Amino acid sequence: MSISNTIQQLSVFLENREGRLDEVLKVLAAAEVNIVALSLADTSDYGMLRLIVSDPHKGRAALKEAGITAMLTDVVALRVPHATGSLCRAMHQIVEGEVNVEYMYAFANGSDAAAVLKSDDPARVIDILKGSGFDVYSADEAYRANQ
Amino acid sequence: MAKVALADWKEQIRTPEIECMSRDEMAALQSERLVKQVKNVYEHVAFYKKKMDDQGVLPGDIKGIEDIGKLPFTTKEDLRDNYPFGLLAVPQEKIARVQGTSGTTGKLTLASYTQKDVDVWGECVARGLVMAGLSSADKIHVCYGYGLFTGGMGLDLGAQALGAMAIPMSSGNTKRQLMCMEDFGATAFACTPSYALYLAEAAAEAGIVDRLKIKASINGAEPWTEEMRKKIESILNINSFDIYGLCEITGPGVAMDCIHHKGLHVYEDYFYPEILNPADQSACADGETGELVFTTLAKEGMPLLRYRTKDLTSIQHGTCECGRTLPRIQKFTGRTDDMKVIRGVNVFPTQVETALLSIGGGVAPHYMMIVDRENNLDVLTVMVEVDEKYFSDEIRKLDQLKAKVGAVLKQALGVSARVKLVEPKTIQRSEGKAKRVIDNRDL
Repeated sequence: MSISNTIQQLSVFLENREGRLDEVLKVLAAAEVNIVALSLADTSDYGMLRLIVSDPHKGRAALKEAGITAMLTDVVALRVPHATGSLCRAMHQIVEGEVNVEYMYAFANGSDAAAVLKSDDPARVIDILKGSGFDVYSADEAYRANQ
Repeated sequence: MAKVALADWKEQIRTPEIECMSRDEMAALQSERLVKQVKNVYEHVAFYKKKMDDQGVLPGDIKGIEDIGKLPFTTKEDLRDNYPFGLLAVPQEKIARVQGTSGTTGKLTLASYTQKDVDVWGECVARGLVMAGLSSADKIHVCYGYGLFTGGMGLDLGAQALGAMAIPMSSGNTKRQLMCMEDFGATAFACTPSYALYLAEAAAEAGIVDRLKIKASINGAEPWTEEMRKKIESILNINSFDIYGLCEITGPGVAMDCIHHKGLHVYEDYFYPEILNPADQSACADGETGELVFTTLAKEGMPLLRYRTKDLTSIQHGTCECGRTLPRIQKFTGRTDDMKVIRGVNVFPTQVETALLSIGGGVAPHYMMIVDRENNLDVLTVMVEVDEKYFSDEIRKLDQLKAKVGAVLKQALGVSARVKLVEPKTIQRSEGKAKRVIDNRDL
């Protein structure tokens, strides 16, 4: 197993000031980068915007051009069937494998849900999940979710 | 507890023979001391011998106080270059005490005192305590910090010289301060004006103002306004006084204001003030604003000639309504550099820069200092750019970086700062002198 199954998340540092989120979204729209999923974490003085987009590299370049700090982060998009307890079982495997999950968010993807996981060892997360019968989304699948 | 109205005030003067001396007599005293001091530093301080030789001035050229303009200046940089004991005019074994303040490069500015210097310091503070209506019967609660900082020790020495009771509380722990103030029956207290107001409001909130015996407060070490003084006075029903000093010269007790609050009387028999035009260092007339420069006329340990304080003010000679002939300097209008006094601590923007560089990555050495006053306490916020290379999508890592920057700044500045991480390249870059400080305090 290689880490080719990791996908790239666009992470944007947002200062807490009026209109900053709007600026970021405008830049992405102008560059025709589609947003598939989004999570916004806030602290007392800044926010962290995490995005799964149609073209992370293009998105990052456009933001950089506009003077906005963005980076690409390797994450894993786990396919979670819409059945009670499926996320719980997947998490259990990850915990057993002793991998730390830094953060997580989810979005609906067709008949299933995608749980985006950031861990200290994405390749190992993929190994664990695949080895225990779970599926992870490829980059193409994730970037074009629901289309 | 017992604010005295101006009309009912009975002025006490500790040393009327000095404080009310005629201008001629004072000039004669200053001349005698200056001539002696110049000879002393020329003979005992290599730094001054060289400076005077370079400038072509010999001790014999200084015949009186009117010749002071011929003497070389001393700057904070000179003190730093000669740190710690390079400017002593006596052997180190004659030094009874050192005190210091933070300097621009993380190094201290150190001042050395002989026992006589310590006694003079205490005497000058005692003159101020008497000016504030206090006597040997009073109990003085000192909530300035004790340590190298001159605040605590200066007021303590003053209380000692006066024969009053010193209550060495040092700073912090407001509840305990108020408890002791009440239990011990303190009749005066000394601290920074911002802390005085904070204490006053805390006392009011706790409903104990009527139980306090405080009648006066002595506040200084940071700039404050008339409004602030009136507020402290009205909350506690006391009289508040402004004390000024700097450790290079002696510490608090270089000047203090009297009940008329029309400027701070300078103890010019020991500390000779000049106000000089910042552009060409020519003498300013009374009332004109310029840089305050001091010569220590009788100091033994570390005498300084024409020490440039970088504080901007003006001076008034002429007899005050209180009866003193000591000249009065006005509240400071600014600095010739961009030093800020934050909670009584001198902070230079360059210190922030040096501290950020010392972290060795993570943040760029671009920053903005913002000084605010919240609940009457100075709050320093430092905006720091996250280095793009160290940018992380994990909040935990950014918070660690923030905590690290905060710790380094606290260590370097001696005062805690709120750190605000901002995006790379968002802090203004400028050619030449960048604006690095925004002071929102209404002083």
